Amino acid sequence: MILGRDQTILLPVRASTIVASFALALFLNFLPWQDLRVVPDFVALVLAFWCVRQPRLVGLGVAWMLGLLSDAGNGVLLGQHALSYSLLAFLAIWMSRRILWFGVGLQALHVAVLLLVAQAVALLVRMAAGDAFPGWTVVVGPLLGAALWPAATWLLLLPQRRAEREAAI
Amino acid sequence: MDHSPPPFFKRGPAPLARLFFFASLSLALLVIDARFRYVEGLRSWLALAAYPLQRAATAPIELGERVSGYFASQAWLIEDNERLRAQALAYAQDAQRYRFAQAEADQLRRLIGAAERLAVRAVPAEIIYTGRDPYSHRIFIGRGAIHDVHAGSPVADYAGVIGQVTRVHPLLSEVTLITNPDQAVPVEVVRNGLRAVAFGGGASGMLELRYMPANADVQNGDRLITSGIDGTYPAGLPVGEVVRIERDADQSFARVIAAPAAGIDRGRYVLVVSRETALPERPAEAQPGKERRAERSRRARKDADDSR
Repeated sequence: MILGRDQTILLPVRASTIVASFALALFLNFLPWQDLRVVPDFVALVLAFWCVRQPRLVGLGVAWMLGLLSDAGNGVLLGQHALSYSLLAFLAIWMSRRILWFGVGLQALHVAVLLLVAQAVALLVRMAAGDAFPGWTVVVGPLLGAALWPAATWLLLLPQRRAEREAAI
Repeated sequence: MDHSPPPFFKRGPAPLARLFFFASLSLALLVIDARFRYVEGLRSWLALAAYPLQRAATAPIELGERVSGYFASQAWLIEDNERLRAQALAYAQDAQRYRFAQAEADQLRRLIGAAERLAVRAVPAEIIYTGRDPYSHRIFIGRGAIHDVHAGSPVADYAGVIGQVTRVHPLLSEVTLITNPDQAVPVEVVRNGLRAVAFGGGASGMLELRYMPANADVQNGDRLITSGIDGTYPAGLPVGEVVRIERDADQSFARVIAAPAAGIDRGRYVLVVSRETALPERPAEAQPGKERRAERSRRARKDADDSR
């Protein structure tokens, strides 16, 4: 794994951490939000994170399955989120080395582009199925998601860091 | 991908090939789901997998409601009790009058030989989840196939129809609201019995009566109820009230907009109504070509018999 600006050496990630983070993201997505257009897609964010950090462990297959779960849970066309998450995972893996080279702020900018592309694909699918354009507020969700990137990075790397600190003591 | 690992570290097919594979799989699923509905089983299993997370996500809100309800003040309860008792008295009188009217109506109906309407069965359900997609006009209720909910049953709240069960999963069902543009409800104007079909108005949250002739006898404030002649909705459930009529000379149809009677986007509890009595089987459509020919030959034979 290539280290970015922060030169801390992290412990290898545990699979249980990844599974728990995805469960938490799905949970956050299923919360009864007031206006869903401005709520970031937490699953997409966490997926992008693991694809960037662990492209060997989390890939297109995981993204596709998560997409299907989201589709069934939301009652939309089966395959809509699956398609957009697959594309998101591909782009994140493809750009992972480039993204990790930057600091957290610039990483968030890259992630904003990824999330916007994923959202655009989902929107295109929905419009192809006959829905009207829901207005430009739809871009708020991905941008907020990108703004949460530093917090997500800190939180999701916590298990690897904490173990390291305890070992040092 | 100029920095791909040497061949002996290769793991699986190239990422681009993988993207292509999963994208085409998704597109195939989309087409199958949108056009043919062959994947309902798969969807049920996936929904079952997502169910615990959905339940967990709505649990804190339920808990909060319960706790705040527990601390409701005593004074308020007493006041409420008094009010309710007064109301119950009024209702009791109404109920007596209703029973009388019901008996009378039964007699009259028997007199004119109409089929007796049997009571409808209703399953109370809680709205557990609204879909993440705000434009799908769908909600999820916490009653499914194991609670004997069937696809196609109408769903109502205390004020009127809110939608129809469109998919049944084992533990929950999906309800399409009447404001969904693809959802149609056969209605009848209470004032004069005029029949019409109400379609959802989409994001406006209104209903639209389509295909009404420009000179149709509809007025603002007309109440709409289900007509019951489709065999799906029981008759007499309130649907909405006409709020706007646009009659345009160069269009043959009038544009009639109605506001839904039920709280489509409010409330937590609904009733899944199912009709026990089935209407008689709809007669099969006549086959245009064959039938007519058979008819004609029969008639020809009859004519020949008569002339003989």
